[in-house]
Formats: sequence, C-alpha cells, structure tokens
Amino acid sequence: MDLDITNLSKQFKDQMAVQIPSLTIRQGEFFTFVGPSGSGKSTILNLIAGLEQPSTGLLRLGERLLNDLPPHKRDVAFVFQSYALYPHLTVSQNLAFPLELAHIPRETIRHRVQEVSSSLGIATLVDKRPAQLSGGERQRVALGRAIIRHPHLFLFDEPLSNLDAPLRAQMRKELRQLHQRLNTTFIYVTHDQEEALSLSDRIAVMQAGRIQQCDSPRAVYGQPANRFVASFFGSPPMNFFPAELQASPEGTFVQLAGRRLHIGELSPLSPKTMAVTVGIRPEDVRIRRESASEGWPMRISHLELHGGQTYLELSIEGLPLTAVERADAGYRPGEEVRATVGVERLHLFDAQTGARLTLKASGQ
Amino acid sequence: MDWKQLLRWLAGGLLLGLFVSFALGPFIWQLITALKPAGQLAQLPPLLPAPPTAQHFVAVLGAPGFLRVAANSVFVAVTTMLLAFILGVPAAYALAKLQVGGRQVILAALLCFSMFPAIANVAPLYLLFIHLGIRDSVFAVVITHSVFALPFTVWTLTNFFQEIPNDLYRAARIDGCSHGGILRHVVLPLAMPGLVSVGLLVFIFSWNEFLYSFTLTATERSRTLPVAIALFAGLHEIPWGEIAAAAILATIPTVVLVFLFQRRIISGLTAGAVKG
Repeated sequence: MDLDITNLSKQFKDQMAVQIPSLTIRQGEFFTFVGPSGSGKSTILNLIAGLEQPSTGLLRLGERLLNDLPPHKRDVAFVFQSYALYPHLTVSQNLAFPLELAHIPRETIRHRVQEVSSSLGIATLVDKRPAQLSGGERQRVALGRAIIRHPHLFLFDEPLSNLDAPLRAQMRKELRQLHQRLNTTFIYVTHDQEEALSLSDRIAVMQAGRIQQCDSPRAVYGQPANRFVASFFGSPPMNFFPAELQASPEGTFVQLAGRRLHIGELSPLSPKTMAVTVGIRPEDVRIRRESASEGWPMRISHLELHGGQTYLELSIEGLPLTAVERADAGYRPGEEVRATVGVERLHLFDAQTGARLTLKASGQ
Repeated sequence: MDWKQLLRWLAGGLLLGLFVSFALGPFIWQLITALKPAGQLAQLPPLLPAPPTAQHFVAVLGAPGFLRVAANSVFVAVTTMLLAFILGVPAAYALAKLQVGGRQVILAALLCFSMFPAIANVAPLYLLFIHLGIRDSVFAVVITHSVFALPFTVWTLTNFFQEIPNDLYRAARIDGCSHGGILRHVVLPLAMPGLVSVGLLVFIFSWNEFLYSFTLTATERSRTLPVAIALFAGLHEIPWGEIAAAAILATIPTVVLVFLFQRRIISGLTAGAVKG
C-alpha cells in the first residue's frame, strides 16, 4: 500500500512548519526525510502517525484516509529517538503492551513476543527492565515493540542518534537487513546526511518545511537540485565559488578564478552573461605537484588527516578550496601545487535563486 | 584521627543533636506527661514517671465519644485524600500533558489560592455552611479540607507528571492508549512516588487541621481528634495527662502510615525510559 500525501501543511502559530504539495511513498520503500533541525522532518512523521493534526491536506494509506483515524488505528509503528520504553515494565511486557491493548489472545501474544525477541537477539533480556539495558539493547527492544504489531508503515524518528559510532554503524546495517526481511515501508527521519545516503531507497531533502529535492541517494548527491542540497551532502562539504557564465559564438564558458573554462557548445543563454555559483566536490579536485603546467597554482595552507585520506585546505584567489587526496601522497603544508577539475564535474547554480543550472548542448 | 576531623565530627553531632531534640523534644515531653501518674503531673523532679502508668490512656480510650471522634478523623482524612486524588489527578494530567489554554494562569491562580491565610476564610465558610445546612457535619469538614488540599495536589502532581518524558506519552498513544489508558498504564505507575508523597501529606494535613474543624463542628457527631483534644478541659482542672495521652494516640496513625509507605517512595523509577 502506497502512502499518498496531498497538499499537506502544518502551521504552528505564525510559522509554516511543513508544506508538501504532493508526495507518494511507495509500498516497501525505505524513504528518508533528511534536513537540518527545524526543517519540519519530525513534524511530517508526527502528522503521518496522527500525533499531530495537519492544518490542511490529506494522508492516504492505500485506499484508507488516515486523517480522521487515531494513531493506533493507522497501522503505523513509531520508533523514537529516546526509545520511549515503559520503564516500569519488563522487556517482554514492553513488547506485549500494544498487543494487549488490541485485545489479542494471550497465547498469540506470548508466541509473538518469543518470535520477535529471538529474531532481534534479545531473547535473554525479556525479564529485565529498560534501566538494566544498554543503549543498543534498548534500541532493539524499541524496534521489537514496533515490529510485533505487524504494521503497514514503520516510522523512525532519528532512532540511531543516541548510539555511539560503532554501534550506530552496526544498527544501520541491521535496519537495512530488517527492511529487506520485512519488506514493509520504512519512513525514516534523520539529520545525518551519511545515514540518509547509506540507508535509503529515496531521500526527501527538507529545508524550512519544504522538500528541496526528492530522489535516489545517487541523484541527490550527484545532481543536487539546488545549492542547499549540494551543501547538505558530502563530507568534507562541497566547495562554492562565485563565477560568471558567458555565452559566445564559440560556446559556453565559465569565468572562474582567472580562468575561462569551456563547458559546452552554444547555449540559448540570454542575456549573454549570468552570475552563477560553481560547486566543486572535494573529491573531484585533482591535485598535482608544482611541476605540472595545467590548472590553478595554489598553496597548501593546512592538512587534516582522516585515516587513509587527507583533506587539503587550499585557496584560489583568497577563496578556500578543500580537496581530498590519499594520505600516502605525502603533501606538506606550505607546498605549492596545481589543482584541476574536470569541467563535467562542475555544478552550476543560479547565483540569485540557488537553483541548479543544466546546460543543454546545442548540438543535440 | 586528626583534630580537624574530630572537630568537624563534633560540630556535626552537635547540630544533629540540636535538630533532633528540637523536633522530638515536645513529643518526648508529651510521652512523659502521658505516662506520669496524676499526682506527679505538676511536679519536677521526678523527670521520668515513677512508676509509669497507663491510667491516662485507659481514661482516654474509655471516655465517651473518643472512638466516635477518632472514627470521624479517619473518615475526614481518608475522604479528603480520595477527593484530592479523584479531582486532582485528571486536572494535573491535563495541565501537564495536554495543551490547555491559559495553563500558566491556572497554575499561578492555584498557587495564589493556597496562599490565603486560613483565618481569612473561616467566617465566610462558616456562614456558607450554615446556609447549606451542613454545619456540624463531617462533610463540611471534608469539603473544606479538600478545597485546601486540591491546589497543593494539582500543583505538585502537575510537576511530577511533567517529569514523565513526552515520548512515553506519545508511544502510549501509538500503542493504542486513550487518555484514561495513558493515566492508568503509564502516568500513574511512573508517578507513584509522587502520588504516595502527596497522599501522605494531604492525609497528615487533614488529620492535624484544627482551625476549620474547630469552627465548623459543634458536637462529637462531627468533631475530629485535634478539636476533641483541645476541648478535653475538665470542670475544675485541665487534665494534662489525658490530653497528652490522646495526643500520643492521635500521632500514631500518621507515624505508622509514613513508615508503611516510605518504602514506596522509590526515587528514580523513571530511569531507563529514555536514552540515559
């Protein structure tokens, strides 16, 4: 069953928290809302769950209209960042809680608790209380309490952000496996761009309550729809430079830091020049030793070692540029180098609106 | 042990001793008085009763109406406590967890209300109950005590309920709880230490309250223990021995209750609900 969102909005006092004209989350999809805090991503989850009422709009799960249903009749399960386990109940009582409220026969409950706890590797913990569990164990119990209801939708509100790094990586993998095993729709909210990229089938990038781009992880990283999306993904983040786009009979050029780069054939650009922002991913910058003759001459101002990689802090005409190189390349601070970027790797954004510019080659 | 440590230990002990004798002194004096034979009551020495006697206790327990008055006291205190819970728990839940308009104003008003000096309300309440025709009935006392216990109950429980993480409340809604269900399954079990403390304090307040009970009652039909003890005066002399014995007897239930429920006031019950 697909989840259809139409004209959804939520207004808090004088602030529009969420505004989504139309969005369909497909059956079985791992769909992620990602964005900085305050971008409205958690509010969407609350609206879907029924913990908050939308100001306008419709939510449909398959043929069913969700709007007027209370949370527990929506067939959704919610996993909270804080886990939200009932501290006065044991693990098995926590797992059984939603089923007991649904008046499911005792024998069935016992059976399902057993099944879920053994599938999550928490079978030995069923008689403990949440306070006796580690963070990872609590997270599993919270997952179990969601799974045990066999919901049509799983809603995750930053479920991994309270875990430490190694555990987070492991839980990420387990979530992915769980999704494959259950083949149910997962709707996931996070502020962590890496998590979004590594987990999702599709990502909606949120800013100020609106979806900036909704696409596959590959697309939001490779063809960001605007400057915000471009800057949100990637570590180290994308480099941005002010530049000028020029159209002339010989083709289209970018005037960037003293160099004129031919980026395409004639384009229907009018007026003939336009202020743009050029975006360059650090991994797209090629660094060569000073002896090379191509590219911008630069000096390495700072090096930052990240295991097998080194982040090089450089500058073009006073503007900072970050590049990524293998750590064993042996660069030193103060060294003079040359940097090149393939023109096909440049991202162009309208300097005014921030929207991505795609140039159509005139020959095609 | 160096002298500094010794000094600190002595100072601590002294302070503790002062505090304990301040708190327990009157009670012990009362106990001594209750056990002294009638003839020694106004004599010092002996400090300690020689020999101790149960005559005052026997007299009090055998006095006409004493058991009736004790029963009144139990009824008033228990009913006040129940009323405070029945009305106060839903109110506190709404104030703590629902979006109530004017929440701050309501809480501030509750606080203001409980700051009125008791004496200011005595006359109006007296007249009111006369008009209602329930003067000299335990219900008049119960209503008055409840009115004074409620602001305290609501205010304190609101704070206890607010301590419960919002995510638990949201999780319970997703799991299928109504508001009643959330109260029963989540809020009340987690706020148990708060409920026990509030219940005890309300019980003790009602059990000990004197001014209103004194004003609103006229006979043993409705009198509570503190009033009855104060009115113990005999025809020709003040029966100090009986008064002391009755006071001791009146103290016993509260002490027993506190010791019984002390174990239930377990702090940190909410630990493990969220992250941690």
